[in-house]
Amino acid sequence: MRDSDIAHAVGGAHGVRHRLLVLVNSLAIFAAFLLLWELVIRAGHVPPFILPSPWRVAEVIHERFPALAQSFMITAVTASVGLVASIVAGVGVALVFAQSRWTRRLLYPYTLLLQTVPIVAITPLIILWVGAGTGAVTLITFIICLAPIIANTTQGLISVDENLIHLFLMHNATRGQVLFKLRLRNAIPSLFVGIRISAGIAVIGAITGELFAGSSSVGRGGLGYSIIYASQQLQTDYLFALIVASALLGFSFYFIVYFLEWYFLHEWHESARTPEVE
Amino acid sequence: MSAQPRRAQDFAVPQIEFAGVAKKYDRLILDGLNFSVTKGDFVSILGPSGCGKSTVLKLISGLTPANSGTILVDGMTPKNARETMSFIFQDPTLLPWRTVRANAGLGLELERVPREKRDEKVDALLELVGLSHVARAYPRQLSGGMKMRLSIARALATDPRLLLMDEPFAALDEMTRDRMNEELLRLRDEQKWTVVFVTHSVAEAVFLSTRIIVLSANPGRIHADIPVMLPAARAADLRTTPEFEQCVTAISRTLWEARTA
Repeated sequence: MRDSDIAHAVGGAHGVRHRLLVLVNSLAIFAAFLLLWELVIRAGHVPPFILPSPWRVAEVIHERFPALAQSFMITAVTASVGLVASIVAGVGVALVFAQSRWTRRLLYPYTLLLQTVPIVAITPLIILWVGAGTGAVTLITFIICLAPIIANTTQGLISVDENLIHLFLMHNATRGQVLFKLRLRNAIPSLFVGIRISAGIAVIGAITGELFAGSSSVGRGGLGYSIIYASQQLQTDYLFALIVASALLGFSFYFIVYFLEWYFLHEWHESARTPEVE
Repeated sequence: MSAQPRRAQDFAVPQIEFAGVAKKYDRLILDGLNFSVTKGDFVSILGPSGCGKSTVLKLISGLTPANSGTILVDGMTPKNARETMSFIFQDPTLLPWRTVRANAGLGLELERVPREKRDEKVDALLELVGLSHVARAYPRQLSGGMKMRLSIARALATDPRLLLMDEPFAALDEMTRDRMNEELLRLRDEQKWTVVFVTHSVAEAVFLSTRIIVLSANPGRIHADIPVMLPAARAADLRTTPEFEQCVTAISRTLWEARTA
């Protein structure tokens, strides 16, 4: 009573070579872009406060690295705390939503509100209530990360195959067993969809928050705060350095979530095996 | 009462009893259902689509309540009798995040059987259904036939006395299906469960059953209740005998009558 063997995932040398080629090509395009940029500035005599040369940006990253790293870390911590808090709270709210269609109907409009009111519109209120600084920025990040987590987790919790529920009932499963062994596990892939979306906007949210509610003490603040500061001082080269740091932060968040998703899902979930590029 | 002599099993305790059972969703699905299933019976339910075959299984398992009439399983209400039964669905209904072994042990785990006891039992069952070599694999790595065997192993883990099977092999190709049928009979000879089996296939029903109930549709009523007069010990070659052919023809005719009734 042997059957066909286990299917094996396809991969191997061909895939690796292909990926390497793609990597080399994209690095070449990037280098060409930098070269063109440098040439345009040298040929066109563009003043450095309008557009600094890539070399100058590299220099300023090197010169002011401690300050840059500090800003990076402040924003990274704020965005992480806001994101993690939104995951915890979002899953909690989703659990409430998953209890009945009635609670969903009653409460869902409020998450819609969360999603549709522009965050910059309520930022002044937040500053008024909690004061400028890290607290306000974390709260802003938390608020804009919340809706995708709630929506996706709820979807995962309620979209359980009816027969699986029946299976659990046939074994006289308790409500707790259905929740922890079935619904929550079933919701993890959708939770990750939510986290992926929220991780992207967490960085944007933290930086935007810092533009308005950056710091409680002058000269010390995250990337958004420093961006405002550098632009007011016409330190365009440092502004570029900050933009590079912001992009790096966004990438880091993306890859950390990407890795976690792979780590938790790759063994059993189809989508984690062939991730699509967004 | 007929004057015919009664067979010994007529006196056996019925495991399932339906008395005047009706079920309504938005329309009347089943009406006036009276039948009983004796211990050790293998009863197949055949009928045109939409006659409520699957609903009969849901009623026996208490997954849906009857609107009128009484259903007794082992003398108890269906919900109270759940411990004695296992349900095998049309889809394998496996948990994709669990390994083959963890899937097979799900029922025992939900019934809070301690881990060591569970593992021992599950390993023996995986051996029985020929899945030991993939115990650590995940469901997505299995073929359709293997998934179904896993589903059966999981159902058997809780030592059911009554198996409810809802077109379990409908999604398999015919050769795999035939082989699964033979394996099912072999397991039944060892374990002596009572089985209620819903299917679309007359040949499958004849091959497996000791008795076939044919339902008519709109609403579902019992059109015929036919004992299968084939030898108890059955092997693959039964399918090529004239007796088997005759039986399939007779049931097919009854099914056709039920459709036009």
